Amino acid sequence: MERLRGAGVTTVEPIVDEAFGRSVGIRDPDGSRIQVNESDRSLYALNAGARTAAAARLARMADLVVEARGLTKRFGGFTAVDHVDFSVQRGEAFGFLGPNGAGKSSTMRMIGANSPVTEGHLRVLDLDPATHGQAVRARLGVVPQEDTLDTELTVFENLLIYGRYFGLPRSLLRERIGQLLDFVQLSERRGSKVDNLSGGMKRRLVIARALVSEPDVLLLDEPTTGLDPQARHLVWDRLYRLKQQGVTLILTTHYMDEAEQLCDRLVIMDRARIVAEGSPRELITAHVTREVVELRFPPGTQDAAAARLDGHARRVEVLPDRVLAYTDDADALATFVHGQDKGMHPVATVVRRATLEDVFLRLTGRSLVE
Amino acid sequence: MSVRPRAARIPPAVRVVEGYARTYRRTWKGTAVTTFVSPVLFLAAMGLGLGTLVDRGGGAAVPAETYLAFLAPGLLAASAMQTAATDTTWPVMAGIKWLKTYDAALATPVSPRDLMAGHLGWVLVRVTFASVVFAAVMVAFGAAGPLGAALAVLPAALTGLAFASLITAFTASRKNEYALASLFRFGVVPLFLFSGTFFPLEQVPELLRPIAYVTPLWHGVELTRAAALGGAPALPALVHVAVLVACAAAGFPLAVRALTRRMTP
Repeated sequence: MERLRGAGVTTVEPIVDEAFGRSVGIRDPDGSRIQVNESDRSLYALNAGARTAAAARLARMADLVVEARGLTKRFGGFTAVDHVDFSVQRGEAFGFLGPNGAGKSSTMRMIGANSPVTEGHLRVLDLDPATHGQAVRARLGVVPQEDTLDTELTVFENLLIYGRYFGLPRSLLRERIGQLLDFVQLSERRGSKVDNLSGGMKRRLVIARALVSEPDVLLLDEPTTGLDPQARHLVWDRLYRLKQQGVTLILTTHYMDEAEQLCDRLVIMDRARIVAEGSPRELITAHVTREVVELRFPPGTQDAAAARLDGHARRVEVLPDRVLAYTDDADALATFVHGQDKGMHPVATVVRRATLEDVFLRLTGRSLVE
Repeated sequence: MSVRPRAARIPPAVRVVEGYARTYRRTWKGTAVTTFVSPVLFLAAMGLGLGTLVDRGGGAAVPAETYLAFLAPGLLAASAMQTAATDTTWPVMAGIKWLKTYDAALATPVSPRDLMAGHLGWVLVRVTFASVVFAAVMVAFGAAGPLGAALAVLPAALTGLAFASLITAFTASRKNEYALASLFRFGVVPLFLFSGTFFPLEQVPELLRPIAYVTPLWHGVELTRAAALGGAPALPALVHVAVLVACAAAGFPLAVRALTRRMTP
């Protein structure tokens, strides 16, 4: 699928310079062409230093899809999001990884201009969601945590009604919906009532719905929660293709494999705060070892066995049902554990690469999915 | 600053109405019985059946030629209330809580205000259509002339809008559906019975009459009956209209506020 750039719909976007608090020019959505207003040229023509700084600022703004500083959300006395800082670059897949209740969805709703910011700074697509909510929503595609489909209506009708909310002409929508249904592999279910679709199909339909306005940015709140493995992989594949086409993906998940599969960069959230940020690889390198040996011991012998690992693993984590030994050479450690006279008799040994789950455990002392 | 397609200039609320209409094409069967059959049943049972007894008793009991002629416009207004109440209770709760279709709409450029305006616009369409059908049945039963019946549709639709606006605000501010059944039991049904629909308000104990004065249905019944029969309503027509318009106008911002609080916390 091409980006479905609609018939005759051309888009240019304002460049808003925060230092001046107004639009100083226009640019293509992909940032390829930047044009600064004639009258504003002088602002950037003071001297070489200022010009470089201004150019850098313009380039940065062209690339920033979301920028949050000290972003906070409180519901009465409860703080759902507590002074978080992050920014999302154009074209990247950015994730919020964390357990339920970490503040991921509240953050997403603020980005989606559907929940007022309590405190802090938030800009989405160079706009303030508080004052330009409608303009922000017009340019985002939202895949909410729940499907929010009208189950009485058909697949096609759900997309058509949603597309009309964006003010798109019916003829354009008819054509685009056909392409989108091809893309999410639902063409044969075009006339089916949504009620009769499987969970995975509904999820794909919601993704198609979010794409009906051809957004540059897709917000996905737990895109694959509740899906079976096959359905999840199909969703991941489609999201990966969108990313290839240049769509910025912002997603929340409590699945570390999803974060690893999809995200170029992510923040780990826990209890309303961001506790770490980086690419999946960077986070693993920074916080845990490359490999892990998971050991299960007979009941009652776990603590004693774990004590014997001291000095042989870089770090040992004792969970209720198993021991995790972090090491740079898992095979050597496994061989050591199973060696004679070491006094350890694990009933099961798993050697694996370290994951984001390990990072989360290291940073918060708890597992992601409880 | 994108070059917007033509349809973008249509107000979002109108696009919401369009969405409702599209949905109705799928779901109209559920309401068709109420719309088409209940006017016939009510006018047959109450108007003809009961009416024969009333008229035999001297006919002076009601200020109309026949009991059927007295009753039909009252029922028209009361049906408008019921249609409005039906469309603004469970369907609104479904949009907020069960299907969450409001959540979907509010992720688009549609605002809570657009959504509520579109919703009430659609209820007005529905009530007007149901009232036209009712008016046609009235003519068929000989309960009113074609002109009177046609005129009576207007105050009936306004009555529906007044209730739609208030009840939407009520529903949107409820956490769950439990209060909705009570609304019918303690609100809609008593008003249906005691707002001058079946008998003149003078038959209601004086102590209870103020309830009718401050609720919209009695005003709607008075206007609708005056339009159908060509007489004068209890108060100047403008007063009745003002009460109904005030209810509609008061309910709308309350509904928008309740929905905004609920959906975009």
